[in-house]
Amino acid sequence: MRELKRFDNRIGIWGWLGGGRWGVERYAYILHRLTGLAILFYLLMHIGVTSLRAKGIYLWAEGGFFHQPIFKFGEYLVFAAFAFHALNGLRLLLVELGFAIGKPFEPVYPYKTSLHVQRPLLISVMILTLIFLVLGAFSAQAE
Amino acid sequence: MNETKYWTWHMGAGAILLFLLGSHMLIMHIGGLVHWFSPYGGEAISVKNSLFRDSSLYFAVGYVLLLGIALYHGLCGLRTVLFELTLKPAVERAVTVFLWILGLGLCGLGTWAALAAHRTALLGAGG
Amino acid sequence: MPEISNKISQINFHITRYNPETDRVPYVKTYQVPARAGMTVLDGLHYIKDNLDSTLAWRYSCRMGICGSCGMLLNGRPGLACNTQILGIADTDLTVAALPNFPIIRDLVPDLWTMLDKHRSIKPYIIRADETELNDPSGEFFQSPEQLEAYLQFSYCIKCGCCMGACPTLATDLHYLGPMPLTAAQRYNSDTRDDGRRQRNSVTGAKDGVFRCHYAGECSRVCPKGVDPAKALQLLKRGLVLDYLHVGHHSEPCKKLQGPGRGQPLEGISPVPDRTV
Repeated sequence: MRELKRFDNRIGIWGWLGGGRWGVERYAYILHRLTGLAILFYLLMHIGVTSLRAKGIYLWAEGGFFHQPIFKFGEYLVFAAFAFHALNGLRLLLVELGFAIGKPFEPVYPYKTSLHVQRPLLISVMILTLIFLVLGAFSAQAE
Repeated sequence: MNETKYWTWHMGAGAILLFLLGSHMLIMHIGGLVHWFSPYGGEAISVKNSLFRDSSLYFAVGYVLLLGIALYHGLCGLRTVLFELTLKPAVERAVTVFLWILGLGLCGLGTWAALAAHRTALLGAGG
Repeated sequence: MPEISNKISQINFHITRYNPETDRVPYVKTYQVPARAGMTVLDGLHYIKDNLDSTLAWRYSCRMGICGSCGMLLNGRPGLACNTQILGIADTDLTVAALPNFPIIRDLVPDLWTMLDKHRSIKPYIIRADETELNDPSGEFFQSPEQLEAYLQFSYCIKCGCCMGACPTLATDLHYLGPMPLTAAQRYNSDTRDDGRRQRNSVTGAKDGVFRCHYAGECSRVCPKGVDPAKALQLLKRGLVLDYLHVGHHSEPCKKLQGPGRGQPLEGISPVPDRTV
């Protein structure tokens, strides 16, 4: 049989960022990835800077760049990213080990899936994240 | 089954980080409200407060654990993200080796720094 | 009986066309289709082929949502053309494209070979230690309704490929097994008649196995039969982790002749006719 040419139809990185209408869980997945990468990038810099205290250099306490509002805001963003990543990670830990997703049952239309069962958990994660964001903002203001 | 092993350890590290990194974040970022482990008031990251934490053995050990586990969890996550880009097996092996070297290197650097800072802080407190 | 409106709306079908012999890349062609309440996208495609453009190609068969042939991307979301109402998802414009994450053979026809190959790799059949009994059974296996419910939902899969098109990991990872094969693996792992979990673990727990899933949940949202592949994959992960930690619950596969009748014909029931094969 003659080999027919195929057109590679993978949607690529656009599949990670946006390719159609999605549910909340998919946006949570995207945010989880983005926050994880952001925290990792920050961590690599953070290790470099904080290791300087072995030489007695407490760079972050001495003013200068690390006390600029933009840097303080950046650190708040890291805290925000961590709050979401940790709480969503806790949700994923539960869900990916088979808890909070319900048991298999014979599907009857209109279909209710595991997404509906774990939705309250996702909403709790969002609310808790918001609470931590507010606390963090107040704390940054107080300092 | 290899990937099962990676994933289980990745999740285990994440669960421990919830406590370790969570405490670190609370001390640093909610410190303005509650002043946990920042007895000298003001900013949680002031030199006095940093020295106070550095002189505690619990914190020194905690920082070393936090560093190791956070690096493991983070770099394992980065490996997962990169591997989903359909890489050639040789590239995958190279990425794994590079991430191990990076992780162990940074872990070594941070551990040395944490223990050196602990020693310096103790000497400073004593002297 | 509710009144169904006879009002006709002109809907623009923006269809992604591709002919491998003449085109370098797919392109979009627009057709105007008069749509009424009750018309499915499949009806719309037939209207186009009959009246507007007879070169349009797509797969379909049963036209009632059970064969799984007509999976395509409708307004950015994978679904079956035969059980999607035009006016249910479009007011004036409807985009129709081939299922993403599969190579396109022509127009709306995806090449599902990779999906079926991956399905084959997870051994989608009952595996038991005793091969002769499997091939030449001497009696029936007993399975309670509760045991059936543990895998029944995952057996409703019609292999349409919609979940594979919706999965974000498959968008970039060519080798990832995908929701459909992994759901099939969980379907057999949770079947009490099966004893092949360890064999499937070496495929599902491997580099391109179930741990590439991160619970984005799109597969379950688009599944036209309510199979809930996301749930199956998380249960599969649970099984793999428990096996890795050696706390997996390993029960014996269900034995023969343990149910009502015990293999003996019940009173008043005529005997089974002789085998002809």
